[in-house]
Amino acid sequence: MTTLAYTLSDSRVMLRRNLKHQLRYPSMTVMLIGIPIVLLLLFVYVFGGQLGAGLGTHQGRSAYLNYVVPGLLLLTVASAIQGTSIMVAMDMTGGIIDRFRTMAIARASVLTGHVLGSLIQVLVAMAVLIGVAFGLGFRSSAGPLHWLAAIGTLALFAFALIWLAVALGLAAKSVETASNTPMILFLLLFLSSGFVATATMPAGLRQFAEYQPFTPVADTVRGLLTGAPIGDHAIAAIAWSIGIAVVAYLWAIRLYNRRRAAEPQ
Amino acid sequence: MTSVSAASGIVAQDVCKSYDDHLVLDQVSLTVEEGTILALLGPNGAGKTTMVRILSTLIPADSGSMRIAGHDVVTDPDGVRAVIGVTGQFSAVDNLLTGAENLQLMADLRHLGREAGRRRVAELLEQFDLTDAAGKLLSTYSGGMRRRLDLAMTLVGRPRVIFLDEPTTGLDPRSRRTMWQIIRELATAGVTILLTTQYLDEADQLADRIAVLDQGRIVAEGTPAELKSRIPGGHVRLHFADSRLLHSASELLPAAAPDQDQLVLQVPADGTVDSLRDLLDELHRARIPVERLTVHTPDLDDVFFAVTGSHVIAQLNGHPAPQGVPLS
Repeated sequence: MTTLAYTLSDSRVMLRRNLKHQLRYPSMTVMLIGIPIVLLLLFVYVFGGQLGAGLGTHQGRSAYLNYVVPGLLLLTVASAIQGTSIMVAMDMTGGIIDRFRTMAIARASVLTGHVLGSLIQVLVAMAVLIGVAFGLGFRSSAGPLHWLAAIGTLALFAFALIWLAVALGLAAKSVETASNTPMILFLLLFLSSGFVATATMPAGLRQFAEYQPFTPVADTVRGLLTGAPIGDHAIAAIAWSIGIAVVAYLWAIRLYNRRRAAEPQ
Repeated sequence: MTSVSAASGIVAQDVCKSYDDHLVLDQVSLTVEEGTILALLGPNGAGKTTMVRILSTLIPADSGSMRIAGHDVVTDPDGVRAVIGVTGQFSAVDNLLTGAENLQLMADLRHLGREAGRRRVAELLEQFDLTDAAGKLLSTYSGGMRRRLDLAMTLVGRPRVIFLDEPTTGLDPRSRRTMWQIIRELATAGVTILLTTQYLDEADQLADRIAVLDQGRIVAEGTPAELKSRIPGGHVRLHFADSRLLHSASELLPAAAPDQDQLVLQVPADGTVDSLRDLLDELHRARIPVERLTVHTPDLDDVFFAVTGSHVIAQLNGHPAPQGVPLS
């Protein structure tokens, strides 16, 4: 086998390990998928009537359902990567990582396994959420290509945030820290156009909301699914995703290679 | 590397490592010939684990040269990783997988191939008496079972050189014996083994050679017998029925030290049968009956305390302990 074949083989083995972990630790998997669904119900049935009235149409709750689905798809991403961070930290604080490091395996395959496993988890969780949204009355004007573009945008953004979560998991000194730091992403999501239009926010907050990554991604997905105007949000969404992915990847690899090198046991 | 056997074993020369200002390893040199067991013996904080972590490519040394089975640790770490197996102090197993899945994971990462991998897994489960527990999650495993699985995972790729960092710490006596048996069989099969231990009897039981590490320096090295012979202290203890007999005996043997309370006479002796016979003949001729006797040959405890004792005694005398010694 060539080096590339070994790398692919090792990454596949690590991915299989990661998927097995998700099945063996179902409480976390179910929780990560379940939280966005609970919040979807909460936003539509509790807040939806009032928030929908603010959208200026006469459909209220159902208009808000259409508005908020992209926000909850992003919440699904934010929720799932918390699991990534925890799983990575669990690996790094356990003894098995030292075993991997003393074996002649593709160096980054441990991380690649986590990234691919989380990506699959995110896609499954988003599919479940979209299914539930349709059940509640979500209606999309999108054709197959628009759906594909929307899923592609979300997957790319998820990929970037997953690498970020891997880096956070590596940087964390304990599993508890690893589960807490990604919380900041929830806050960023609420301070974006995910749940309410940025135009309704006070000055200052509005500018912040408009120039952070969640807003262009939410607006792009919303535009693709419901026909709302996208403008240059699509380019911003892709640029943010690639930028975060590259920086987080480099950070993660650096942490991974350096980790424990300086710590006496 | 002049000798062929050393080239296939472990050769380390002048390995130094410090954390901040604290020197953890101070020019440590050791050689493990192919197919032999070297025990790195030392108290906590001596630097044993650091040495193993450096040799197994986990952390870099500050200086020194090291070759494992002919591969340079610094310039060819992947070459080293391909031939070694490491069982660390903390169990390196995947708790969310079953025993069989853990072994299969290793087989996949060693690129054994589907059929050969499955065969090797079954073989190791059998060898390590884990076949019944193969399908169970590790959370149900006992400490001894986890250690056995840990070592089995190390052996999946048939490594030629194995590092065992305190392999029996925390095991019950029976699991410990089982582990010793496994380690001996590995050496018999030609595997080179470096093990660290703080148990003297373990080093005595297993090792072909022992290197005593203390405060980052090798303070003694040799076969168990060589180390023991360097330490004086062999003697025979004669127990008497009453103090009158003890008194007569101590007059007969002026070199001996009497203990009036225990009615024991401690006679220096080298432990040979001839010297023992001479001693007993002498007592017999003087008609001094001996109730019973015990022969004490110097053991590794004596060696250990003799070569590592200095700073412990310094500590007892109120001198400060060395600063920042990492736990091994």
